Amino acid sequence: MHHSIEIEHLSFSYPDGHPALRDVSLHIAPGEKVALVGPNGAGKSTFLLHLNGILPAPAAKLPVTGQGQVTVCGLPVGQKTLGRVRAAVGLVFQNPDDQLFSPTVFDDVAFGPLYQGLDRADVERRVTSALAAVRMDGYARRVSHHLSAGEKKRIAIATVLSMEPEILALDEPTAGLDPRARRALINLLRDLPMTMLVSTHDLALVRDLLPRMVIMDEGKIVADGPTDGLMKDGELLEAHGLERPA
Amino acid sequence: MLYSPVQPMHIPDGFLSTLVSIVLWVISAISVAYALRRVGKDLGERQAPLMGVLAAAIFAGQMLNFTVAGGTSGHLLGAAIATILLGPWAAVIVMTTVVSVQALIFQDGGLLALGANLFNMAVVGVAVSYFVYTSIQKLARGKSWGVFVVGALAAWFSIVIASLAAALELALSGTSPANIAVPAMGGIHMLIGVGEGLITVGALTFLYAARPDLLHIGEAAPKGSAAVWTGGLVLAVILAVLSPLASAHPDGLEWVAEQQGFLDTAQGPLYNVIPDYVFPGITNEAFATIVAGIVGVVIVFGVALGVAYVQRKRPTT
Amino acid sequence: MHLHFLDPYQHRASPVHALDARVKFVLTLAFILTASLTPVAAWPVYILLLAVILSVEILSGLGVGYVLKRSALALSFVLAALPVIFTIQGQTLFTLPIGAWTLTASVEGLERFVSVALKSWLSVQAAIVLAASTRFPELLQAMRAVGIPRLLAAMFGLMWRYLFVLVDEAMRLMRARAARSGRGTEAGSRSGGSVAWRARVAGGMAGSLFLRAFERSDRIYVAMLSRGYDGEVRALPLPPFTGAGRLSLAAGLAFLGLLLIFGIAFWG
Repeated sequence: MHHSIEIEHLSFSYPDGHPALRDVSLHIAPGEKVALVGPNGAGKSTFLLHLNGILPAPAAKLPVTGQGQVTVCGLPVGQKTLGRVRAAVGLVFQNPDDQLFSPTVFDDVAFGPLYQGLDRADVERRVTSALAAVRMDGYARRVSHHLSAGEKKRIAIATVLSMEPEILALDEPTAGLDPRARRALINLLRDLPMTMLVSTHDLALVRDLLPRMVIMDEGKIVADGPTDGLMKDGELLEAHGLERPA
Repeated sequence: MLYSPVQPMHIPDGFLSTLVSIVLWVISAISVAYALRRVGKDLGERQAPLMGVLAAAIFAGQMLNFTVAGGTSGHLLGAAIATILLGPWAAVIVMTTVVSVQALIFQDGGLLALGANLFNMAVVGVAVSYFVYTSIQKLARGKSWGVFVVGALAAWFSIVIASLAAALELALSGTSPANIAVPAMGGIHMLIGVGEGLITVGALTFLYAARPDLLHIGEAAPKGSAAVWTGGLVLAVILAVLSPLASAHPDGLEWVAEQQGFLDTAQGPLYNVIPDYVFPGITNEAFATIVAGIVGVVIVFGVALGVAYVQRKRPTT
Repeated sequence: MHLHFLDPYQHRASPVHALDARVKFVLTLAFILTASLTPVAAWPVYILLLAVILSVEILSGLGVGYVLKRSALALSFVLAALPVIFTIQGQTLFTLPIGAWTLTASVEGLERFVSVALKSWLSVQAAIVLAASTRFPELLQAMRAVGIPRLLAAMFGLMWRYLFVLVDEAMRLMRARAARSGRGTEAGSRSGGSVAWRARVAGGMAGSLFLRAFERSDRIYVAMLSRGYDGEVRALPLPPFTGAGRLSLAAGLAFLGLLLIFGIAFWG
């Protein structure tokens, strides 16, 4: 039995020399639902990009420096495992307009399976079940631009569900949603069985949905524990730019 | 109306003869196919989203107009800035995308005429921009003022030369006499080009301040660019020399147009059954014309009304 | 804000909308080609072509009014052809003295001018019907079917997708500019600055639009990579042709071909 995510001593600096991650280690068990919180610029998004090998950028050829080892689902992330890693980790970005780049919803949800090399029937089956999972059946022929923010977010999640990942990593999933769309999204995420790592400023979401909480600040993990316990520590939250939800 | 589809550089269908349209389609298709191969080889996977989004940005940028005087406004066309930002091959693809989508979705320029519009804006526009840009860049030796002077000149020349190409195409098609089309198109675009130049410099100033790395100042030119440079030079010289010449001797071009008009229809008439009649069975020409007109009108309205009637009787689906 | 009005697609439940996009695309091109090849002054052929396109407009449920209104916007280009009335020699129609000059209009010139205007008007109507009755993604499939390279089709798709997003951004920029474009209260003060300054401002806005496009394309690239993109553009195979589609295509092409032969035979 392997961990879903194993990260050992991960450090990373951007080309301008600014260190984004400093000696980060984190283990997440299969099926665990974990929150990643911390102020803007703490390194949360950078951390998520390491999970499926976008960083440290072997393909983008950026002159960045990084060290440490990331292992997902027993696969050490590296040039050789990239394809399998990307199928195993579904990354949902903050702005759905960046994630939904195809003319129609169908094309976008089919993108991942198509690159996994599935045939037409399998691709269509995956698209149908992914759209059903985010309760957007019947949207396949719609044009992404004309959807509401909440609908776009759910389609963005479907675009990675169609790859049938073991791990779902979400960056600010509730940002910019109205209360009803936010509630619908939380209910949706609750029903998804996979391991989940959610980077967010929405501590009410963390309390409702994610039993474990990791606080990052200035590229380091400063706290890691059960959400209930950390939420009580008002001083700790305030020290890292967070606020206990009402 | 926010989006005005009327841009003098986008030739609609009907104004170019079939032969001119098809010849320019072939030239454009070959150029674009070659550019696609080069882009694939030189720039790799990173380039697809960049070119697609930049094409959208150029389209959106064309909406950023500014008042010039008396209700007219200047706005961007984009060939020069695309060339400066992406290099010639990717710029050909980006401009091809912009011009094609404009024709397909907004009827801004025709579909049969698309080959000619691609030739003017994506091939001539980019090649001339690139020729002017690299020549003056060399003189400036990587200094930053070079970027701005060059941006303005590349923009102006690309617009003016492309408009001369459009004028010559119209003259060759026998649609607009060269001695009128060339000075009119050229003159208007010498003014429009000033707006293009100013906006291009404004955009370059902004990018130079925010992300100078995007402008590749002083970097080595990509491989194969000598060919584009030469192409730009040749196109610029030919068009700049040919169009005043054609303008001064419109008869020459007209003669070509006539010849070509002859070629267009050289295969007919196939059946000379009723050569002298406008309408079969009626000898009086004026009368026959009127009958033909009435019959025509009846056909149009008959067919249209019939369709409308059938349409109404169909159960709503 | 979403700019739906930019998308010319008008949803209707009509046989024209239901027709295979590949058939529509090819027939539209064939229609425009026919109009282009129709000889000057072959009026009956123009009338028949007009009858065809008007019928399609009614059949599509778009309405003649809608298409005519849109087609009128594209017609200002006819000014470019106006001079041929006077430059082509032939039977004198009328003369127009302007100062020391006299312009002589000829029947042949007028015929050429009206033919060009008709060709253009017919073609633009066909293009409008195509765009208004076909969703862009289907049009994209049609273009792939006639063999445009995959990378180019992918560019068209990406451009179309982000067109709306970036036009939104351009509109926001222009609104922000308008909101700060006040007028001085002092008498005689000139507002708005010089033309060069205004152009520079518009240029700065364009620059910021390009920069955002660059940065967005970075994020899109990452989103593509994270779902397995490897630089090659892939797409599902096109759906098979139906019998009805094949039949419409053959019938349409045959009809246009007959019209063309008719036109060239009598007026060529």
